[in-house]
Amino acid sequence: MRFVLSEEHRLFAASLDKLLDQADTPSAIRAWSSGDHAPGRRIWTSLAETGVFALAVPEEHDGMGLLPVELVTAMHGLGRHAVPGPLVETIAAASLLTALGDTRWLPRIAAGEALVTLAAPYALDADVADLVLTVQDGEVYEATPARALRPSIDPSRRLYEVTPTRKLGPADDSSLHLATLACAAQHLGVGRRLLELSVDYAKTRSQYGHPIGEYQAVKHHLANALIDLEFARPLVHAAALSHGTSDFPRDTSAAKIAASEAAYRTAKTALQVHGAIAYTAEYAPSLWIRKSRALLTTWGSPTTHRATLINTL
Amino acid sequence: MDLDFSPAHEAFRADVRDWLHAHVPAEPLPSLETAEGFAAHRTWERTLGADRYATVNWPAEFGGRGATPLEWLIFEEEYYAAGAPGRVSQNGVNLLAPTLFAHGTSEQLRRVLPPMARGEVIWAQAWSEPGAGSDLAALRSTATRADGGWLLNGQKTWSSRAAFADMAFGLFRSDPESARHRGLTYLMFPLDAPGVTVRPIGRLDGKPAFAELFLDDVFVPDGDVIGAPGDGWKVAMSTAGNERGLTLRSPGRYTAAADRLLALWRDRADPSDTALRDRVADAWLKARAYRLKGFETISRTDDIGAESSLNKVFWSEFDIALHETALDLLGPDGELDGDWLEGYVFALAGPIYAGTNEIQRNVIAERVLGLPRGAR
Repeated sequence: MRFVLSEEHRLFAASLDKLLDQADTPSAIRAWSSGDHAPGRRIWTSLAETGVFALAVPEEHDGMGLLPVELVTAMHGLGRHAVPGPLVETIAAASLLTALGDTRWLPRIAAGEALVTLAAPYALDADVADLVLTVQDGEVYEATPARALRPSIDPSRRLYEVTPTRKLGPADDSSLHLATLACAAQHLGVGRRLLELSVDYAKTRSQYGHPIGEYQAVKHHLANALIDLEFARPLVHAAALSHGTSDFPRDTSAAKIAASEAAYRTAKTALQVHGAIAYTAEYAPSLWIRKSRALLTTWGSPTTHRATLINTL
Repeated sequence: MDLDFSPAHEAFRADVRDWLHAHVPAEPLPSLETAEGFAAHRTWERTLGADRYATVNWPAEFGGRGATPLEWLIFEEEYYAAGAPGRVSQNGVNLLAPTLFAHGTSEQLRRVLPPMARGEVIWAQAWSEPGAGSDLAALRSTATRADGGWLLNGQKTWSSRAAFADMAFGLFRSDPESARHRGLTYLMFPLDAPGVTVRPIGRLDGKPAFAELFLDDVFVPDGDVIGAPGDGWKVAMSTAGNERGLTLRSPGRYTAAADRLLALWRDRADPSDTALRDRVADAWLKARAYRLKGFETISRTDDIGAESSLNKVFWSEFDIALHETALDLLGPDGELDGDWLEGYVFALAGPIYAGTNEIQRNVIAERVLGLPRGAR
C-alpha cells in the first residue's frame, strides 16, 4: 500500500508542466478555436516527445504499453494547461484499436502524428483529425464528419456530427471507460488551474482597501473548492489502479462524477471570485471556465454516471 | 502507486474480524449518551481493552498492539463493518493520548495510559467556556499556583462525555497577566475532585451528551500538568490536529454507514425515485473518497499539518448528508427513535465542535492556500 504518486510520476508531471508553461497554450487555444491548428499541433508534437501519446499504445507498436497511472497524471497536466485537441479521444482510440487488433494507426498515435477522434456523440476536432471513429450499438466504425461545425461553449472544442462508413468490429468497453477516466483527470486539472488562478487573483485584487482574499466570504468559497478537488483526486487515482479489473467501470464513473463536479463548481467559484473580468472572453480564465462546462457533460454527465455507479454496487 | 494489502495486513484484518465476530454484542447497546448506555459502553471498553483492541495503534507497553497507521485504518474498517458499539473512550484515546505521547513525561504515560487502554478510566474534554468557543484563546478559567500544584477556578462548558466520565483535561490561564495564547497551562483533573460540580446538559434530543463544569479551588498536583506551565496552547494544538485529522472520525465508520445505507435503499426505496438513488450513490462515493484519502494521508512522508482541516469539513458535512438520506428514505419512520436518528443527531454536532467549519475554512484558506489573514 502506497497510495501517492511515485517520485517518477511526480517528475513526469513536473516535466510536462515545465514544457507547457513555456508553450503559451492560451495563444494556441485561441488559434485552434478559429481553425488554425498549427500552434496546437506543435504542442502535440512536443507532448509526444515526452511520451504522452505512447501511454495507451502497446510496446510492439512503438508505445509504452497501457499505463493508466501515467495517463491520468498526464491528462491532469494537460487539463491544467487547457491543451486543445482530441486528447481523450486519441487515447481511447488507441486502446479501442488495440483491442480490435487494428494496428495501422498505433505507431503514428504514439508519435503524436495522428490525431484521432471518437464521437461521443459529436466528434471533437473532426476537422483536423486524421481518423474519425464512432461507436454505435457496441460496434466501432470509421466515420465521415459533417461539414457544419456545432459550436460549443468551449470554442476550442470543435464538434461535428458524423456518419458511420466502415465497421471495424466490436467496441471494447474498457477503452470507453478509459476515455471517461482520461476526461475525469483532464477535468480535475482544469479545476486545479482555476483554483490557482483564483487564489492568485484574490491575493492581489484589492477592494475596500484590502486584498479580497482577506474576506472570509471569499476565503470560504476557495476553501470549498480545494476540499472538492482534494477529495476527487484519490478517486481518479484509484480508478487508474483498477484498470483491467472488474471494478474499472464503477471506479471510472465515481472518478468522473467527483472530478467533473469538483472542477465545475471550482469554475463557478473562479468566475465569482474574479468578478466581471472572468466573464470576458479576452481574459485567460474564461478559457478554463468554458472548458469546465463542456467537460462536465461529455463522456457521461454526473447523472448518467450516478445511474451507472449505483448499478455496479 | 498501489492500493494493495500485504499478506500480513490481510492476516491482521482476519484476526480483527474473528475477534469482533466473537465479541461484538448481539444486540445494539443503549445510547452511550444515557447513564445506562454509558455503563454498557464502559463494559464494552473493558472487553476491548482486555485483548488490547481498545488502542491498537499504541505501543504494547501501554496496552496497545503497536499497529501501524494502515493497520489502524484496517481495524477501524472491520470495527464499524461489524456493527461494534460507539467508542465512549474517544476523548481520552484520540485527544489526550496523542498529546501525552508528544508532551507527557514517562511517569504520566505509565500512570495514565494503561488504565485508559483497559477501559477503566473514561475521559472528558474541557476546552470551551461560556466566553470561549471558536475563539478558544479567550478562555478565562484560571490555574493559580498552590503548594505542590495548582488551584483551578472557573467554568467550562460543552464538555463532551463529562456527565458520566471519570477524568477531564483542558486549558487554564495560569498567568493572570497573560493574554490570548500565552500563559495557558494544560492540566488533567478528576471529575469527582472536591470543588468540581458537573451539571449535565441535554443535547438536541435531550440526552446528556455533555456538561458544564464549575471549578471552585480544585487542587491539581504538579504531576498532572502536561508540558511546561504556560506552554498549554502549543501542547493543546498537537491534539487539535489529531481531532481534525483521521482519528476522530475514521474512514471505516463511513464505509460501514454507506453500506448500511445502500442495504436500506435496496430494502425500502422506490426504485423510480432517482433523486434519492443519486444521494445514495453520493454517500457511497464520498465514503470511498474519504477511505482513499486516508490511504493517501498515511502514504505521505510529510506532515499533513493544516490539511487536516480539509478532512474535518469533509467528514462532518458528509456525516449529516448520509444520515439525512437515510431518514428521508425511511419516510414517515424517519422521525422515529432508532439508530439512524441517533446517528443523525450525533452528526449534527460535527460542523460545530473541534473548531467550527467556518474556522476550519479560514485555516484552509490561510494556511493551505496562502490567502492573507484579515480581520475576523
